[in-house]
Amino acid sequence: MSKLSETARASGENKKGIIKRSFKAAFPNTIPIFAGFCFLGLTYGIYMNVSGFSFIYPMIMSLTVFAGSMEFVAVGMLLGTFNPFQAFIMTLMINARHLFYGISMLDKYKGLGLKKIYLIFGMCDESFSINYTADIPDDADKGWFMFFVTALNQFYWFLGSTLGGIFGSLIKFSTEGLDFVMTAMFIVIFMEQWMKDKQHISAILGLGVSLVCLIIFGADNFIIPAMLAIVLLLSVLKKPLEKTKGGETA
Amino acid sequence: MTINQRIITIAIIVFATMLTRFLPFLIFPAGKETPRFVKYLGKVLPAAVFGLLVIYSLKGVNVLEGSHGVPEMIAIAVVIGLHLWKRQMLISIAGGTVVYMLLVQLVF
Repeated sequence: MSKLSETARASGENKKGIIKRSFKAAFPNTIPIFAGFCFLGLTYGIYMNVSGFSFIYPMIMSLTVFAGSMEFVAVGMLLGTFNPFQAFIMTLMINARHLFYGISMLDKYKGLGLKKIYLIFGMCDESFSINYTADIPDDADKGWFMFFVTALNQFYWFLGSTLGGIFGSLIKFSTEGLDFVMTAMFIVIFMEQWMKDKQHISAILGLGVSLVCLIIFGADNFIIPAMLAIVLLLSVLKKPLEKTKGGETA
Repeated sequence: MTINQRIITIAIIVFATMLTRFLPFLIFPAGKETPRFVKYLGKVLPAAVFGLLVIYSLKGVNVLEGSHGVPEMIAIAVVIGLHLWKRQMLISIAGGTVVYMLLVQLVF
């Protein structure tokens, strides 16, 4: 279904070997997510447990929604009065950043057959970041690599939130601060992208605009204004940015 | 909320989330030529989005109260320093996280 890499084809390897190598290449990239998602998932599962939900809830949410911050917000919604319209609008607003991921991935997900559907379904912040920036080795298959990154990340989240939902308040924390692993990962990914780019205008723009919007609109409302401002400024800067050609961005 | 209302609410959250993930691919299908402006966005957006994600992951930090974001700033400096030095993703991430955990648990 997906194209095997040239090297793999030349060596006449079978499909199984390529899948295995793709897994081996993908796994190390997901280790920080393993730490982060097990911990955050556990926190989420415990939160649902102490809010009076069976572990079935976090389990199903981790398999279907698979968008961390949204799942936390959903707990409050499920405890409140029934308001499907509000749930719809709030979800769109909280998850609007996925639109940017999709636009960035239009090319990379091209021609991956059925895998593409799962890759889009499971495109959380972390899977997008890794799949966009990772240097996929020549002997691995791009489609399988991205598939394993996405599936492993979802598995970690599923594991954490289900265990948290089952054991709930029994778990004692000595892990304060472990959630910084996600921040650390985003910083590293930001730096990797910076080193690849020839122009740094969009990187600085993203950082600066988001910070300004966070200060003006506050933690709960800054994403949408930040996204609008980023697109607006990138549109204004289209001419100068396109001049710095030569594979400037990835 | 009744169990049915809960199921409907979750279904709506799933639907709206999937809408945000699938929409670009539905509007710009692989078979058709993607508009130039969208292609341009696809190239320049990621760097900006990673900046947005860094800020997003730090949105809970309060610089006015408590530890004033000092442990975060130190840990960020450690991550950047390690990454400039070794450029090994796992070392930079693990190093920064361990320093942060020690800071919030023992120092601040």
